[in-house]
Amino acid sequence: MTQFLSLLLNGISLGALYALIALGFVIIFKASEVVSFTHGSLLLLGAYSIARLSETIGFLPAVLVGIAITALAAFLVERLIINRLRGAPVISLAIVTIGVDIILLTELVRRIGSDILNVPHPWGGGSVRIGDVGISQNRLIAMIVAAILIALFFAAFKYSNWGVAMRASAEDGETAALMGIRQGRVSALAWVVAGVLAAVAALFLVGSPTPGVTPAAYAVGLRAFPAAILGGLDSTGGALVGGLLIGIAEALAAGYQDQLLFLGRGFSAVVPFIVMIAVLLFRPSGLFGTKELTRV
Amino acid sequence: MSETTAPAAQGATRAAPPSAAAAGSRSKRGRSLLRPLLLVALLIVLLALPLYVEEFWLRTGFAVFGAIVGAIGLNLLVGNTGQLSLAHAFFLAVGAVSYVYVSGESGGIGVAQLSGLGLPPIVGMIVGVLLAGLAGLLFSPIAARLRGIYLGVASLALVFIGIHVLNAWTSVTGGFNGRSAPEFSLFGFTFGNRDPELYVLGVPFREAERLWYLGLVLAVAAYLFARNLLRSRAGRALQTLRDSEVAASVMGVNVQGYKARIFLVSSMYAGLSGVMYALSIGSIAPESFGLEVSILYLAMIVLGGLGSVNGAVLGALFVSALPLVFQRYAEIIPFVGGQGEGGLAAGEAARYLFGAAIILVILFEPAGLAGIANRITGRGRGRPRGGVTARSPSTDTATSATPSDRPSQGSTT
Repeated sequence: MTQFLSLLLNGISLGALYALIALGFVIIFKASEVVSFTHGSLLLLGAYSIARLSETIGFLPAVLVGIAITALAAFLVERLIINRLRGAPVISLAIVTIGVDIILLTELVRRIGSDILNVPHPWGGGSVRIGDVGISQNRLIAMIVAAILIALFFAAFKYSNWGVAMRASAEDGETAALMGIRQGRVSALAWVVAGVLAAVAALFLVGSPTPGVTPAAYAVGLRAFPAAILGGLDSTGGALVGGLLIGIAEALAAGYQDQLLFLGRGFSAVVPFIVMIAVLLFRPSGLFGTKELTRV
Repeated sequence: MSETTAPAAQGATRAAPPSAAAAGSRSKRGRSLLRPLLLVALLIVLLALPLYVEEFWLRTGFAVFGAIVGAIGLNLLVGNTGQLSLAHAFFLAVGAVSYVYVSGESGGIGVAQLSGLGLPPIVGMIVGVLLAGLAGLLFSPIAARLRGIYLGVASLALVFIGIHVLNAWTSVTGGFNGRSAPEFSLFGFTFGNRDPELYVLGVPFREAERLWYLGLVLAVAAYLFARNLLRSRAGRALQTLRDSEVAASVMGVNVQGYKARIFLVSSMYAGLSGVMYALSIGSIAPESFGLEVSILYLAMIVLGGLGSVNGAVLGALFVSALPLVFQRYAEIIPFVGGQGEGGLAAGEAARYLFGAAIILVILFEPAGLAGIANRITGRGRGRPRGGVTARSPSTDTATSATPSDRPSQGSTT
């Protein structure tokens, strides 16, 4: 039972990070109808720049600059490419982000090489015990920060001008434009927010219990795709639920891997995708996604 | 001039001058004669090539033929039917593994105990294609329920699951280190270096030369099948489905059925391509079937031009040959160097190029290389070939121009 609770807690903290990434993914989709395959490499960019910068300018400034760099990269992708393709089919938008992803990922992997970069988290690699249940400090802080960010995000989404503008243009782009909502600005801001969320997630994902910044962080970014998809691509609440579900499923599979050994080693990395397929089988637009209705 | 064109066109249709019609049909016949001639010439060159070029180019050629088969298959799915799939690497893997398992011998390599059926390679190839098709068919119920982009992300899952299985199922796949692929042979004629020794016009025909012809035959067959499929009733149904599922179902197209069938066909193509890949490399390993492979295949069809079979061929040639050529001529090409010399590694340089090319193609030329080729030869087809990436139908005007070129009776007054 203790083991189960401990895994559950770790799963929730991992899931909170997935939820951050998936939220960015969902608002990009809502604002500009783009499924951003760039997200994995944005995550890696955030982790890489934080790790590299903290060697020279210290941890906290590095975090801020690293987040800014990632947000800037997302902003540039939106301004230079996505904005020019307004109204293009969803598939070509997705493919163009794959193009960006290839370039960014190749460059980052080349820079990282075979090194493992370390982010010197001031909270170190220790762990805390809450009753019988243990969790690494990094993951505990991650959970708290993610909860604050997610709460802030939902508040902004509900009450701020940007949030209202964004929901309006996701509901009906043309009418929103006629009401004076500048769609370009809404979508640029969505990309920036997504970049920030990805960089924050990256900061914690490369801390303990993971070894450091390696190209493997990219694969972690990809595991947030199932989170966004199974919650429903156009539902922010869905991204949160999806992220938690995926995180818990993955942590449980990793914890009980001795019992799951007949499925092969490292099975936990595949679990998010299996959960996604299982959900999609029964609900093709995710748990909370808008169902597409067609009328003839 | 502008006000005369309308009556001119009217006059042309009303009076229908026989000379103009004859000229039109003559020019059409001239064009239709030129194309087969060019194709025959190309085929002869391809057939004669092993007599002249060195082994590196033949090996690259076989890899390209394999990529062509795979790209045509993916293009049928993505370009013609509008189903974004990132799972192509998985189907390639199914084909390659089945071939290696069915035709490979049992035995141990190091600690790994491998099993194999030891059947003739041709059986292995057929089983590979069929099993890949079966995998596609099994996935298609999921695929048919998902719309557009959901499918793209869901298909990601197959790649990761595939890699996991490749790593874990050691007795069949060889596990992390992979296993070697048996030589291909057909009715006792091996596609290896010996057995029988073969000389054509004094040139020794060894593995590379023999595989070249095998690849050529398979690629041409794949090409012709796809061309004919797209021109058939089924091909038109698929394209309607791409443009609008609702419209397609109203017209009586069985949307689910066609989606399942195109998944079957596309993954069979991928299976064959996987078998050819195993033959070309001589072994298989999990790392050869990662997400990058899916993305490279996507790059091929986007660069070539979505929805065009010729485009898929051009794209496959470009994407699969470029890294190999970079690798070979690393010293000559600027910015590309060995890994330790500060230059870019060949694979990296190629990947930068593909990434940039994808972005540029989507931004400026959605019809891809095929579109550019068509523009150069002035061979407009009247129908936009942009496939799913074309934003608005841009009408090519080359074919309909013949009647209004010459002023007819009514126009001069």
